[in-house]
Amino acid sequence: MRDHEHQREHLHEPTAPAANAQQEEGTEDLAFRERPLDLAAVRAKLQSKTGKQYWRSLEELAGDPQFEELLHREFPRQAPSEWDDSVDRRDFLKLMGASLAFAGLSGCGRQPEEHIVPYVKQPEGMILGKPLFYATAMPFGADSIGVLVESHEGRPTKIEGNPEHPSSLGAANAFAQASILDLYDPDRAQTPTKFGEIETWSAFLSSAQAIATETKGVNGAGFRILTGIITSPTLAAQIQSLLSLYPQAKWHQWEPAVGDGPREGAKLAFGNYVNTVYRPEKAEVILSLDSDFLASGPGHVRYMKKFYSRRKLDQYAEVDRMGGEMNRLYVVEPTPSVTGASADHRLPLRASEVELFARALAGKLGLGGLAVLPGKNGEWLATVARDLQKHKGASLVVAGEQQPAEVHALAHAINAALGNVGTTLYYTEPVEAHPVNHLESLAELCADMDAGKVQTLVILGVNAIYTAPHNFDFTSKLKKIRNSIHVSSRYEETSEYCQWHVAESHYLETWGDARAFDGTLSVIQPLIAPLYRTHSAREVLAAFSDKPGISDYEVLRDRLKAANPSADFEKFWRKSLNDGVVAGTTSAAISVALKFNPASLPAAKVTPAGQIEFIFRPDPCVYDGRFANNGWLQELPKPLTKLTWDNAALVSPKTAETLGLTHSVASRGGEHGQILSNVVDISLSNSKVTAAAWILPGQADGVIVLPLGYGRKKAGYTGTNKGFNAYVVRTSDALWSASAPKNAIKKTGEEYPLACTQYHFNMEGRKILATGTLEEYQKNPAFAHEGDEQPPKELSLYKEFAYPGYAWAMAIDLTSCNGCNACVVACQSENNIPVVGKDQVMRGREMHWIRIDRYYKAESATNDPSSYDASLENPETFFQPVPCQQCENAPCEQVCPVGATVHSAEGLNDMVYNRCIGTRYCSNNCPYKVRRFNFLRFQDWETPQYKLLRNPEVTVRSRGVMEKCTYCVQRINNVRIEAEKQNRPIRDGEIVTACESACPSEAIVFGNANDPNSRVAKLKAQQRNYSLLGELNARPRTTYLAAVRNPNPELEKA
Amino acid sequence: MNEHRSHIYGVMGEFETAKQLIRATEKTREAGYRRIDAYAPFPVEGLSEALGLRRSWVPFVTLVGGLLGGLSGFAFQYWANVYSYPMNIGGRPLNSWPAFIPVTFELTILGASTFAVFGMLAMNKLPQPHHPVFNVPRFTHASTDRFFLCIEARDPKFHLADTARFLQGLQAHHVTEVSDD
Amino acid sequence: MSAEQRPRDSPQIRRLAPVIEPGHTYASVTDKISAIVLTRPASLGWYAGFAIGFSLLGVLTISLAWLIIKGVGIWGINAPIGWGFAIVNFVWWIGIGHAGTLISAILFLLNQKWRTSINRFAEAMTLFAVACAGVFPLIHTGRPWMAFYMFPYPSTMGIWPQFRSPLIWDVFAVSTYGTVSLLFWYVGLIPDLATLRDRATSKPRQIIYGMLSMGWRGSARHWHRYQSAYLLLAGLATPLVLSVHSVISFDFSVSIVPGWHTTIFPPYFVAGAIYSGFAMVLTIAIPLRKFYDLEEFITMRHLENMAQVMLATGLIVAYGYFFEFFMALYSNNKFDVFLVQQRLHGPYAPYYFALILCNILTPQLLWFQKMRTNVAVLFVMSIVVNVGMWLERFVIVVISLTRDFVPSAWGRYSPTFWDWSTFLGTIGLFITLIFLFVRVLPAISIAEMRELVTHTSEEHE
Repeated sequence: MRDHEHQREHLHEPTAPAANAQQEEGTEDLAFRERPLDLAAVRAKLQSKTGKQYWRSLEELAGDPQFEELLHREFPRQAPSEWDDSVDRRDFLKLMGASLAFAGLSGCGRQPEEHIVPYVKQPEGMILGKPLFYATAMPFGADSIGVLVESHEGRPTKIEGNPEHPSSLGAANAFAQASILDLYDPDRAQTPTKFGEIETWSAFLSSAQAIATETKGVNGAGFRILTGIITSPTLAAQIQSLLSLYPQAKWHQWEPAVGDGPREGAKLAFGNYVNTVYRPEKAEVILSLDSDFLASGPGHVRYMKKFYSRRKLDQYAEVDRMGGEMNRLYVVEPTPSVTGASADHRLPLRASEVELFARALAGKLGLGGLAVLPGKNGEWLATVARDLQKHKGASLVVAGEQQPAEVHALAHAINAALGNVGTTLYYTEPVEAHPVNHLESLAELCADMDAGKVQTLVILGVNAIYTAPHNFDFTSKLKKIRNSIHVSSRYEETSEYCQWHVAESHYLETWGDARAFDGTLSVIQPLIAPLYRTHSAREVLAAFSDKPGISDYEVLRDRLKAANPSADFEKFWRKSLNDGVVAGTTSAAISVALKFNPASLPAAKVTPAGQIEFIFRPDPCVYDGRFANNGWLQELPKPLTKLTWDNAALVSPKTAETLGLTHSVASRGGEHGQILSNVVDISLSNSKVTAAAWILPGQADGVIVLPLGYGRKKAGYTGTNKGFNAYVVRTSDALWSASAPKNAIKKTGEEYPLACTQYHFNMEGRKILATGTLEEYQKNPAFAHEGDEQPPKELSLYKEFAYPGYAWAMAIDLTSCNGCNACVVACQSENNIPVVGKDQVMRGREMHWIRIDRYYKAESATNDPSSYDASLENPETFFQPVPCQQCENAPCEQVCPVGATVHSAEGLNDMVYNRCIGTRYCSNNCPYKVRRFNFLRFQDWETPQYKLLRNPEVTVRSRGVMEKCTYCVQRINNVRIEAEKQNRPIRDGEIVTACESACPSEAIVFGNANDPNSRVAKLKAQQRNYSLLGELNARPRTTYLAAVRNPNPELEKA
Repeated sequence: MNEHRSHIYGVMGEFETAKQLIRATEKTREAGYRRIDAYAPFPVEGLSEALGLRRSWVPFVTLVGGLLGGLSGFAFQYWANVYSYPMNIGGRPLNSWPAFIPVTFELTILGASTFAVFGMLAMNKLPQPHHPVFNVPRFTHASTDRFFLCIEARDPKFHLADTARFLQGLQAHHVTEVSDD
Repeated sequence: MSAEQRPRDSPQIRRLAPVIEPGHTYASVTDKISAIVLTRPASLGWYAGFAIGFSLLGVLTISLAWLIIKGVGIWGINAPIGWGFAIVNFVWWIGIGHAGTLISAILFLLNQKWRTSINRFAEAMTLFAVACAGVFPLIHTGRPWMAFYMFPYPSTMGIWPQFRSPLIWDVFAVSTYGTVSLLFWYVGLIPDLATLRDRATSKPRQIIYGMLSMGWRGSARHWHRYQSAYLLLAGLATPLVLSVHSVISFDFSVSIVPGWHTTIFPPYFVAGAIYSGFAMVLTIAIPLRKFYDLEEFITMRHLENMAQVMLATGLIVAYGYFFEFFMALYSNNKFDVFLVQQRLHGPYAPYYFALILCNILTPQLLWFQKMRTNVAVLFVMSIVVNVGMWLERFVIVVISLTRDFVPSAWGRYSPTFWDWSTFLGTIGLFITLIFLFVRVLPAISIAEMRELVTHTSEEHE
C-alpha cells in the first residue's frame, strides 16, 4: 500500500519545487527553511562547472535545502546519480526497484517512537496472530465514547466499547464501530494541498509562520478559528494560548446537528451554561420531550444500558420477580425515533407543539403558565402528569437536542419541581471547553468575513460550506478570505474554496484527549502511525503558534503532569492509557439555583394549523454528513424506515394522502429491495430542494422531516451525490423547524427508486414477534406460548444427536431491543462482510449477517403505508434482530448437495466456504432467510487499505459462495484454545460475540446452554422464551424472549 | 469335398417374404442341417423357433447388472455416511436410508440397462464390421426388403453342390456360394 | 385388428384412421424414409430453420461466457428467491424430455402399434431436451467450476456428496435418464443404420454408417437377442421415466418452503412432464410430416391419439392444481393457506391465471374430435401447452419463494436480459440438434415400419 502511495508521489512531487519557488516570504528561524531561489548562487555554480553536468532543476543547482528535503525523502541517496541520465529501461527498473524498496523501509520507519500501552497485555507479550486491545476514545460532539481497539500486528481492525469508560460501559454505537472504516477510507486526503496542488508539510509550516508573523504584527486582528464542539482540554488550552498570543483573534464554533437548545435552555433556567447528566436507572417514569436520548446525544450509549437495566424482567433470577421494578417511558415527538419506537406510550406531536406540551405539563404541575393541551392529547398529558407526580424524585423529564431553549428550561423546572435533581439527574460544569451559542458564533464570523475583517481563517474539521445555513452564503464570504486553511480528513466542499487544505489524521492515528458527557477525561492514544502525510488539528494550530515543532505526545504528557504533580507520573500515565480514562476527572455535581418562571415565557410560536412543518434532523446513519463516505453506515438500514444509501423526506400516512404521495413496490427486489417513491420539490425559505418522499407510520401529521447529511457534492466515491441535501433549505431563523403552506411541496410526477431492506411491516398473524404488556405477563408468564404448535421432542422418528460438551446458544430479549443497529455494524466489522452498494441492495442482495426486523402492531389490511389506514397513525413498533438461528434440525444442511453446511459437535451450523458450490438451495430452505449469497464478487480484493482493515481470523468470501452468521466461531475458538491451555472449562461470559459485545441494552446473550448456571440457560429457562417459527421443529439454538412493555393502565383503557 | 471348405463360408438363398423364409428354414432343419442362419430386414415372428434357438442370456445378464448397480449404490452411500466421513447433517441419522433410495434406484436401472445393451452386443459379437455374408452382392437387400437363408460350410452335412441344389428346391432365388475372404 | 374381427365397412373402422396408409411395401417405406437422409437435398426451409437455431445457440454461448465472467448475479435471483429462470427452465426441459422414452417404452410394452412412426424422433427429442436441461443444474451454481463436488469421487479431504440432498438425487436421476435414453435410442437405430450403410452411395457415408451400425447383418440369432434386450430396456425405462420427474419434484417437495412442500408433487410432476412432452412431440411432428410429406406414416391417427393423451394428462395436472389448494385449506397450515391465497391475489396472480388458461381451460377443446383432427388447432394447442407448462414451473419455483415464513424477508423476482438470453439460447440448442437429426438419421424407425407393413399386408390377405 505504501508502494502505491509512493508512486503517487512520483507523479506529484516534481511539481513541488516549482511551487516552492513561488513562495517569496520566508523566515530564517525555521526547522525546514524555504529560501527564495538564489540566482546569484546558480550563476556562480554554472560558471564553476566544466564539461558535462546535469541538474534536475535550478533549485538543485542552487543546493536549495527545500529541494534537498524533497530529494531526501523521495529518493535514497544512492539513486539520484542515475536519475538524470537519459533513463533507459534497465535504469528505470533499477530506480523503481530501489525507490519502492526504500519506500517499504520508510514505511517501517514510520512507527511511532512514543510508547503506547496495550489494554490487557504488555506489548512485549505480543504474539503474532494474537490481537492486542488498546483503549482510546472517539470524540463525538459534546461527548467521547471510550473504545477498545483490536489490533492485529499493529493494524487496528475492530472497535468495541470500553467497559471502564462511563459513556460506553463496554458497548459502542454504530458510529464508533464504523469509524474504523473511515481510517482505511481510500478517499481520505493524503497530503497537504494548496489550491488543490500537492504540497509538503514544511511548505505549509512556512506559510503558516509567515501568516503568524503577519498576524502578530497586527496583534491577531483578522485571525479566526472555526471549530465544532471541542471537549479536548489540550486542544482548547492550545487555542486559548493562541488567543492570548493574538489578543484580537477570535474562536468561533459551529456544530451543525446539535442545537443551541440545551445550552441556552440551561442559561435560561440557571443563568449560565451547565451540563445535565441523567441517571435513567434511578427513574420509574421517564418523559421524553422529543428527545432521542437512547440513540443520540451525549451519553446515549450509557443511558441505553442504564434504561434497559430497569427492563430486565427477572433476568438470571432464580425466583420470578416478574419485573416489579420495570420503568415506564413516555415519548412526545414529531417523528418516530429509536427512543419513541421503544416507548410504552408515544404521542406524535409536531415539533413546535412539543413546547406547548411542556408548558401545559408545567401548568399541570403548578409551575405557573396557563397553557393547556386540547382534546385527547390533554387527557394523555393529564395521565402522564399524574404518573410523574406519583413518582416524585423517581421520575425524569428529558428534552430533545433539537428543541428550543424554552423546552429545556421547562424540563429543568419540571425536574426541579418533581424533586428529580440529584436523584435521576444532576448538573455539572459544562463538558464543552468553551460553550457558546453556535448560531450566533457562526453568524458573527460570517458578518466579519463579509465586512472584510477576516484575513486568516483556520477551519478545524467543520465542513462549513456544506453545513452552514444557506442564508449565510458561506461560500461567497469564504472566497473573500486571503488565508483560508481547511483541516479535514477528506477534500470536502469547504476544502475546495480554501487556500490550504491540510489532511487531518484519524483519531486512531494521533495523540489527544477528550472528555465524556460527564466530564471524564480519556487519553486518545494512536493505534497506528498516520497512513498518509496527515496531521492533527493540534499540529496545525501549533504551526501558527510561537513554538511549532513540539509533538502532541509531549504536550499531552505535560498537561497531565501539570494536572497531577504529586503522583508517580509514569505509573499514573500508564494506568490512564491502560484504562482509557484518567482517574478522578469526572466532573462533580454542582447545585444550581433555578432562576426561571414558566409563566414569564413569551407566547410560543407554533406552526399554524394549515401549514406544513418541516423539521431538520441528523440522519441516524450518516449523522450530519461526516459519515457520508462510510460504506457500512450508508448501507446500514435506518432503524425505522429501513432505507439505505438515501435520505428521504419523511411524511405521515395521512399527510401523504392529502398531498397525494404514494409508494409502489418495484418488481425487481420488491418489498425486500426496491420501492419507487414520489419525487417532490420542496421550496422553503426562498430556496428549493428535490427529494424523494417516504411515508412513515407514526409520524405526526403535517410534519415533513428533512434528514441532514446527504446530498454531499464532495464526499468521496461512496458518499457523493447520495440522497438530497437538506441544508440547502435550512436557514438561520428556522434552524430546526420551518413552516410553509401546503403548496411549498409539489409532486414532480417522477418516481425515485429507494433501496429499502424491509417494506413489509405486518406479521400476517404469524407469531414472529411475541409481545405483551407487563400486566399480561404477570397474569400469564407463558403468554408467549399461547397457540404454540411446536411438536414435542418425543415425537421424533429417530434418535436425537447428543451434544454432551458445550451447546452454544443465544437468547435475544426483545424487551430490550430498540433497533439501534449497533450489532449490525459490529457484525459487519468482525466478519469482513462486504458492502454491496445501492443497486445490489435494490435487488435484495445486501449481506448483513444479522438484520433487525421492524414490525408494526397495526391492523392495516394492506402492508402499504401509502394506502392510508388509521392504525398506521401511531402504531406500536417492535424490533427483532435475526442472526442465523443455528437450528439443531437445520433445514439448510439437509439439502446441501456437497455438505458445505454441516453441524458441529457443539451445535453450530457451520459454513464450509471452500466446499460451497453455490446452489442456493440452503437459502431457499432456510425459513428465517438469514443466509447471504455472494451473487457477484462483492468483496473488494484490490484496494490495499481494505486489506489492512480485514479481520485475519475470518475468511474473505469469494464470488458464488453462501455465507451466514457463525456465532463468531473465531471468537469461540480463541477462547477455547486459551481455556484448554489452562486445562479448564470455558467460563460463562468468556465468549462474547460481536453483536453481543456491541449491544448497549444487553439484549443479546450468548453462552453454553448445557450449563444450567449460564446466563443464556437461565434466560432460556424463562417462560417468555420462545423459538421463532417453533412449529417447524427446526429447534433453533437462537431463541427470543417475548417483548414486554409497561403501558399505563389508565391510558390503556382510554 | 474338403478342398471346398477352405475358401467357402456357405451357400445362401434369397426369399421374397418372411413366410417363405420360415418355411425354408424349417425344411432345412428337417433335412438335418444345423449350422444355418437366416437374415431378415426386421425381426420375423417364428423365425427363432424355426431355427430352434434357445432362450437368450440377455435377461440374466440384465438382472446381474441391476443387482450390482443397486447393491453397490446403497452400500456406497451407507459406507460414505456411516463409516468413511460421518457428519451431523441437520440432526438426521447417519444412516438415513430412505434418503438413499432414489440414488440406489437410479443406479439399479443404470446397471441393468447398460448390462442389457452391452451384453446383447457382446453375445452378438458386435461390433464386427466385416462378415463373409457381405460378400454376396445381393445381400445389401437383407437390410431392405429381402430374406436370406445361409447354410454354412461348417455343417457336417454340407456339400457345395448338393446344398445349393437343396436350397433351389426350396424356391430360393439367386442361390449363391458365400466365399470366405 | 384383423379383417375377420371387424367388417371393413363398420363405422368405427372408417373413423379410425390407419397408422400407416395402405399399399406400402418394405422397399417403399425404406426408400421414402431413407431418402430424406440419403438422396433428398436440404431444402431452403431447412437452412432457414437451422440458421435460426444456430444463431440462438450463439446467444447461449455468449450468455454462458458472461455468466462465468461475472457470476449468477447477472440474473434476477436475490435473497428470498434463490432459484429463478435456471431452475424453471431445467424442470421444463426435463419435463419435455419425458415423452420420447414414454412413447418408446410404455407404448411399446402396451403394444401400441401407432407409436412406431413417432418413437424415433420422439426419443431424439428426449435426448435433446435432456441435453438442454442438463445445461442448467451446472451453470446455476455460484461456482460451476467446482460443480464436480457433486460427484462421488475420492477427494483429498475424504469428503463425499451429501446424499440426503435432492440435488444429488437429481445428478443421478438425470445422468441415468440421459444414458438410458441414449442407449435405448441407439439400440433402436442399429438396424436402420445398417440399412443406410447398405443404401448409401458415397464412400464416407458408407464408412460412417458402417461404423455406427457395428456390422449389423440382420441375422436371426442377433434379432433374437436384440428383441429381448430391447424389451428389457423398455421395461427398465418405464419406471425410470416415472422416477425421473418424481425425483425432480423432490427438489421441491422435500424442502419446507410453503408451496413446495407437497406430497402430490411426484405424480403431478410426472403427469405434467408427459403433458408437456406430448405437446412438444406434436409441435415437432406436425411440421415434420408436412415438410417431408410423411403424412402416410404420421397419420391423423397419431395426432389424434397424442391429443387424447394430452387431454388425459392435462386433466391429471388440473387435479394436481386442485389438490394443492385443497390440501392447503384442508391442512389449515397457515403458511400454505396464505400461499395459495397469494397465487390468486398476490402480485403474481396474473401468471397463475395465465397458467390455468393455458394448461386447463384451452385443452378442454380436445374433447371434440373436430379439434383433435384439426392439424392447425393441434399445433397451436401444443404451443399453448408448452407455454402453460413453463408458467407452471415459474409459479411453483418463484412465487413460492417470494412469500415464505418470515414476512420481513419477502421480496420479488424479475428476470434480467441474461435470464431470457440463456433461456432462448437453450431453445436454440434444441432447434439446432433437431434440424441436424432429421438430416443425418432416419426420423422414423424403418425396421419397425417394415414390421408394420407385414402386419397390414397380412390384414389385406
